[in-house]
Amino acid sequence: MFEIRIHSRGGQGGVTAARLLALAAIHDGKYATAAPFYGAERRGAPIVSFVRIDDKPIRIYSQIRKPDMVIVLDASVMDVVDVLDGLKSGGNVLVNSAHAREFKGFRSSHVDLTGIALKENLVVAGSPILNTPVIGALAKAGIVSADSAKKAIREMFSDERNVTAAESAYQELSA
Amino acid sequence: MKKIATGNKAVAEAVKQAVPGVVAAYPITPQTEVVEQVAEFVSSGELKSRYIAVESEHSAMAACIGASITGTRTFTATSSHGLLYMHEMTNWAAGARLPIVMANINRSLGPGWNIWAEHTDALQERDTGWLQVYVSTVQEAYDATLMAFRIAEHNDVLLPVMVNLDGFLLSHIMQPLDTIDISDFIPPCHLPHAIDVKNPAGYGGLTGPDQQFRFRWDIERSMRDSVKVIAETEREFARRFGRKYGFTEDYLCSDADVIIIAMGTLGKEAEVAVDLLRREGIKAGSMRLRWLRPFPNLNLKGKQVVVIDRDYSFGRGGILATEIMAQTKEDVFSVIAGLGGQEVTYEDIAEFVRKRRIGTEFWFGVTNHV
Repeated sequence: MFEIRIHSRGGQGGVTAARLLALAAIHDGKYATAAPFYGAERRGAPIVSFVRIDDKPIRIYSQIRKPDMVIVLDASVMDVVDVLDGLKSGGNVLVNSAHAREFKGFRSSHVDLTGIALKENLVVAGSPILNTPVIGALAKAGIVSADSAKKAIREMFSDERNVTAAESAYQELSA
Repeated sequence: MKKIATGNKAVAEAVKQAVPGVVAAYPITPQTEVVEQVAEFVSSGELKSRYIAVESEHSAMAACIGASITGTRTFTATSSHGLLYMHEMTNWAAGARLPIVMANINRSLGPGWNIWAEHTDALQERDTGWLQVYVSTVQEAYDATLMAFRIAEHNDVLLPVMVNLDGFLLSHIMQPLDTIDISDFIPPCHLPHAIDVKNPAGYGGLTGPDQQFRFRWDIERSMRDSVKVIAETEREFARRFGRKYGFTEDYLCSDADVIIIAMGTLGKEAEVAVDLLRREGIKAGSMRLRWLRPFPNLNLKGKQVVVIDRDYSFGRGGILATEIMAQTKEDVFSVIAGLGGQEVTYEDIAEFVRKRRIGTEFWFGVTNHV
């Protein structure tokens, strides 16, 4: 089982990112669950969502304690939340950032999702859309296939710019 | 067709396919998505139902009762305090022998103001004459809702059915959902005592001490008959659509020394605890209780039993543990865990089994008084 924790702020699309990722994994022929953690959320507050991907049906409902991968959609969350909490040794941290970030004992990669969204003018209510480009980055990272990523995005969004943004993120993800 | 859906949306999908004549509901967290989605189906024309936006849950159930007595299929959904607010009318629905189907998204009761999963809401409806099923996956939420209509409306049952989903844990999780073409799986609704303007009759008249007990017994007789109707319906569902269900879902029970019994998502997560314990050499099994009413015959002979209650009856104990002990005449290790959405992992469940003390009760997380 591969377990992913997504950190974002309320309203940034972290829950939709989890849903897209799970849907793409299902299109890959795997089992997947996406679960937002519901606390007393409001727009702008740090939130977490969870995605589990496995070859067998998933029977776990409790929160992910020891993720294989952490995704940070808003780097400012790192000032208030320990995003590395429980991350498996050598686990992967993917950060929405124009600059490389180093995390001792973990692998890291970065991609400027905000810049990509702004370039495509993917903005809703003043916020850049991060959840479709991040799926492109995750396809590059090998979590889901590129075809399934695009299929999932097209099923949920009719605006083709979402796919273009995902393709950009695929290209731009740091090695 | 394979898609991804929340537990709430899965219920709404099933309702769309069952095509109730009337839906009357009031939104409440974490059930809101069910009624939003059903209302959207009605407004888009995908579902040809009359949707009544009522001002309270009491009115929702009253409207369902009024609609159901005309012989039309009816559906509602609620949670927690909404269910409690219906309580007078839920009794009436069962007593009037109306096959209403309700999704209840299990949630804790206040105070404190808590919106997370607990079973005490539905269990306070235990004695109303409603059938109750507890589900554990998005797929099962869909399948059980479809089957609920057929079971409720069966001529040997004619009692309302409540489909229970854990708040947030199941109502809001996204999992694969395979929707099916149900064809004629749910026959047209036929209520033998429906209002008929050509044959006027009185409803809800004064019923004296020489009659009332007969009506009560008749509910119990149908409740007993519902056992075979449930089994038949689940068998037929498996034959046509390939997914098997039963009164319990048993996982590695036959050779087990110790069996974990729980309902809802905890009952599913318990299977992972069983795998963990088996690797340590502990012969554990999981028996996830699906139907609480009618209460099934559980075969627990020679087994040690660990019951996890996500509920409580103050002054008595875990409600599930109490029911099981009454039926089997055997002591259990009674664990109270998951109240108000308290996080319980498969590792916690495995620890309950390792540290079991049959004949005692254990409150998870409580080390001293508040």
